Amino acid sequence: MTLRWDVLAAIIGMALASYLCRAGGYAVLRVTRPPPFVQAMLQHLPGCIFVAFLAPIFLQSGWPAAAAGAVVLLVQARLRRLALSILAGVGTIWLLRLAGAP
Amino acid sequence: MDQRGGFTRAGVVRGLKAALALTLGLSPFGLVVGMTADGVGLSLLETLLMSGLVFAGTSQLVALQLWSDPAPILAATLACLVINLRMAPMGAALAPVLDRTRGIRLWGSLALLVDNSFALTIAELRAGRRDAGFLFGASFGMWVNWMAMCAIGHIFGNALRLPAGHPIFFASSAAVLAILVQLWRGRSDLQPWLLAGAVALMAHGLGLGAPWPVLAGAFAGATLGAWRDTRGQA
Repeated sequence: MTLRWDVLAAIIGMALASYLCRAGGYAVLRVTRPPPFVQAMLQHLPGCIFVAFLAPIFLQSGWPAAAAGAVVLLVQARLRRLALSILAGVGTIWLLRLAGAP
Repeated sequence: MDQRGGFTRAGVVRGLKAALALTLGLSPFGLVVGMTADGVGLSLLETLLMSGLVFAGTSQLVALQLWSDPAPILAATLACLVINLRMAPMGAALAPVLDRTRGIRLWGSLALLVDNSFALTIAELRAGRRDAGFLFGASFGMWVNWMAMCAIGHIFGNALRLPAGHPIFFASSAAVLAILVQLWRGRSDLQPWLLAGAVALMAHGLGLGAPWPVLAGAFAGATLGAWRDTRGQA
């Protein structure tokens, strides 16, 4: 169980930088009143962030991932159970691989 | 759960349950970070200290990939600053949930904010439940899972030997995808989302690394949505 000073310093730097990102956006909002346009943007940001996050991932990962992704969307839209949807997606990829998919 | 919002115990419990439902989706990433930390020579204590305090997988993975001896203090800090920049607008978007809290409940909940707990809390908010307790419960549940999986990855990484393309790694994308369904408000979301995806792909195609495709896509989509919503007002 070693703890080196340089590693500790890096960890503290990483933690402070991450906290600045987490709290900073809200801290700014707490002291200033954003214009209506910015407020409208904040309403749209959540969905857009995750679409932008997923798009490049799925572009790179081939058709079995796209098929499994469609299964996740379908199961979640119908049943609204996160655990089940994730399991269905992983199961789909697993079965496709068993069947010889890349 | 009260109308004015706040931070309730019931909210914390709801959040914890939501995090538990995501276990399968959350676990693989923690395993990978634990294994990677072991691979670059971090001790278990150092690994858990990093995961516990930083709690942001992608940025940790990037920092670990450029790890050296002595530790790259500046580079690792910058990696976290850049990659976690996407969480600044998340905190801002949570304002309706956070505005009636203060002190440790506010700044402590923000310290544990992660993508998945953010998304679930927005879905709660849209269902009419403004409870910072939910944000804390979901984030804390995810933190516990994170710590456990990082530890398992560090200790048993060599024995597990999961190849990079293993189906289990699809679980984290699947989790985000499933949450996306909960964020869908109807057809009015279609255009902003399509633009967000297209711009992210473009930024990615230009060779830009994290977090730029995410930020560029998110802001393009949100700007389109905001422009549409505020057009004709003012």
